Amino acid sequence: MKIKSERDFWSGMMFVAVGVIFAIGATNYSMGPACPPNDPCATSLWARMAQLSAHPGAGYFPLGLSVLVALLGAIVLFKSLTIESEGGDPIGAFAWRPLLIIIAGIAVFGLMLEPLGLLITIPVLIFMSSLAGDEFHWKGVLINAIVLTAASWAIFIWGLKLTIPVWPAFMR
Amino acid sequence: MDLLHNLGIGFGVAFTLTNLLYAFFGCMLGTLIGVLPGIGPVATIAMLLPSTYALDATPALIMLAGIYYGAQYGGSTTAILINVPGESSSVVTAIDGYQMARQGRAGAALASAGLGSFFAGCVGTIIIAAFAPPLTEIAFKFGPAEYFSLMVLGLIGAVVLASGSLMKAIAMIILGLLLAQINTDVISGTARYSFDIPQLTDGIGFVVIAMGVFGFGEIIANLGRPAEHREVFTKSVKGLWPTREDFRKAWPAVIRGTTLGSMLGVLPGGGALLSSFASYTLEKKLAGAGGNFGKGDIRGVAGPESANNAGAQTSFIPMLTLGIPPNAVMALMVGAMTIKGIQPGPQVMTSNPQLFWGLIASMWVGNLMLVILNLPLIGLWIKLLTVPYRFLFPAITLFCCIGVYSLNNSTFDVYLTAIFAFIGYLFYKLAVEPAPLLLGFILGPMMEENLRRALLLSRGDWTTFVTRPLSSALLIAALLLIVIVSLPAISKKREVAFSEVAD
Repeated sequence: MKIKSERDFWSGMMFVAVGVIFAIGATNYSMGPACPPNDPCATSLWARMAQLSAHPGAGYFPLGLSVLVALLGAIVLFKSLTIESEGGDPIGAFAWRPLLIIIAGIAVFGLMLEPLGLLITIPVLIFMSSLAGDEFHWKGVLINAIVLTAASWAIFIWGLKLTIPVWPAFMR
Repeated sequence: MDLLHNLGIGFGVAFTLTNLLYAFFGCMLGTLIGVLPGIGPVATIAMLLPSTYALDATPALIMLAGIYYGAQYGGSTTAILINVPGESSSVVTAIDGYQMARQGRAGAALASAGLGSFFAGCVGTIIIAAFAPPLTEIAFKFGPAEYFSLMVLGLIGAVVLASGSLMKAIAMIILGLLLAQINTDVISGTARYSFDIPQLTDGIGFVVIAMGVFGFGEIIANLGRPAEHREVFTKSVKGLWPTREDFRKAWPAVIRGTTLGSMLGVLPGGGALLSSFASYTLEKKLAGAGGNFGKGDIRGVAGPESANNAGAQTSFIPMLTLGIPPNAVMALMVGAMTIKGIQPGPQVMTSNPQLFWGLIASMWVGNLMLVILNLPLIGLWIKLLTVPYRFLFPAITLFCCIGVYSLNNSTFDVYLTAIFAFIGYLFYKLAVEPAPLLLGFILGPMMEENLRRALLLSRGDWTTFVTRPLSSALLIAALLLIVIVSLPAISKKREVAFSEVAD
């Protein structure tokens, strides 16, 4: 089997995987009422489904959606293996450097903000994220960090009065 | 005259000092992000939502709306001057607009874009005011089954008119609906998909998803591409006023664009982007082959620019009257209303007339401000174009981080955003549109509630959706849309239409 559209193949895979995971999760939740003693469970599948549909439980909607998304994913997957696309529709190389740096930057911001406050966290974030670009000039980054720290303080703390920690925890 | 009376209330609200100020701020910011490539209105509105916590609903929504239509003005500036559309809806403006700039007629292009947009904005405002009340009337007749079917139609409509694979887009809607299932079930109180993480039992914030996927996903994608070389035609912006000949050629295009945009904006999935594409195609057809079109024809600027502004305005109609967002920006507006404790839907007009009419009137005021902001002050925006991206993206990263944190003062949201940033980049690499996901996510809880209520009322009988005439008509319309778009002849045309402009 040859993949004829790489992008569609992996999107199809993604949809199927998400569908399966959410479907498994949905089985933990009630589909509908258990059969009450005076109203025995219907024996045929359709009748039982109607019984459940009358009082849909927490798992009812997510299960339906999971099945749908998995089905659509399967169709996309099937098409990617049968229908020719121009040049195989490759995904291309991942831009790992900006991807990892930006994500790490966000995580570091989350880690540092509450213990260390804005005034330390912002310059760190600016320095880190600037590394993700093609060019890195110390002077430019330094100016950017100073300007943005001052601007953030003026906008968010002084202007909008948001309750974000400004100083490190030991100085508060 | 009800219309005049209502607009009277609206202008009364819009002309208070606070609201004027926030409208101005929104327009200003909208122009700014419109001018700056690499950040769109979705990310900006998501970023600003937390900052509007202290505000009343009316000024908050006025400001957020200003960002959206302001971005349409700003986007055309970059499209004309540097051939880089600041917003996706200005993609077609870049074609003829940039050619005009190269011929030293950037001023005329900018002016026709600005004045055309203003005209379209005025018409759009009147259309909203005229059509919102009757639509609201209809919406009041809806039961849960009708509402469910309407949302199905809205979501399907939103994707058939967009570019890209239909199948993948529908899958993305459902993915969004599924993500919205991470919450506590309203009816039974069961926590779903929370993995015993307490923060997840309240559901994922839509700001987290919007910021992760649209804000950070875009930054990473931009950084992954080789840097562009921009040529800025700053010196040629002289003689802002178009010639008499320009006026004569441009005004029919403006009227055509406005009409087309107003109609397409109301459709689910419509809005600025679709309108400008459609208008460009129309103008191209009318101009015929052999002319100057594509090489600096003023009609190719005036038409689409009027259309995208008209579309941006009228796309407020389904959002305001039905509570159903036709595009990602309106989805955020619905979210913003919910944060402010206003249940979006037909009752907004009667329960919050100040908000409803004030918002509409503010759009007209905002459009006036935008003409002033954009035409005489064009030099200021041109200066901004010279700010390199390496200064911009750390700033966007920072504002997104602060925005997410201040949402609930929770670092958990920040980590969650980091995950969605990765997912957003993945979507970009797989060429799946993220906008349908956001629409599905916003509509998810409403859709589930209406589905379960409808089933409860019909005692589990699914045929209720097709036996109730209104509901069945809506579902048939949705089905027809899918069938029509999947027809080989149409689907080919659809691809051509989108790739033509993308080239």
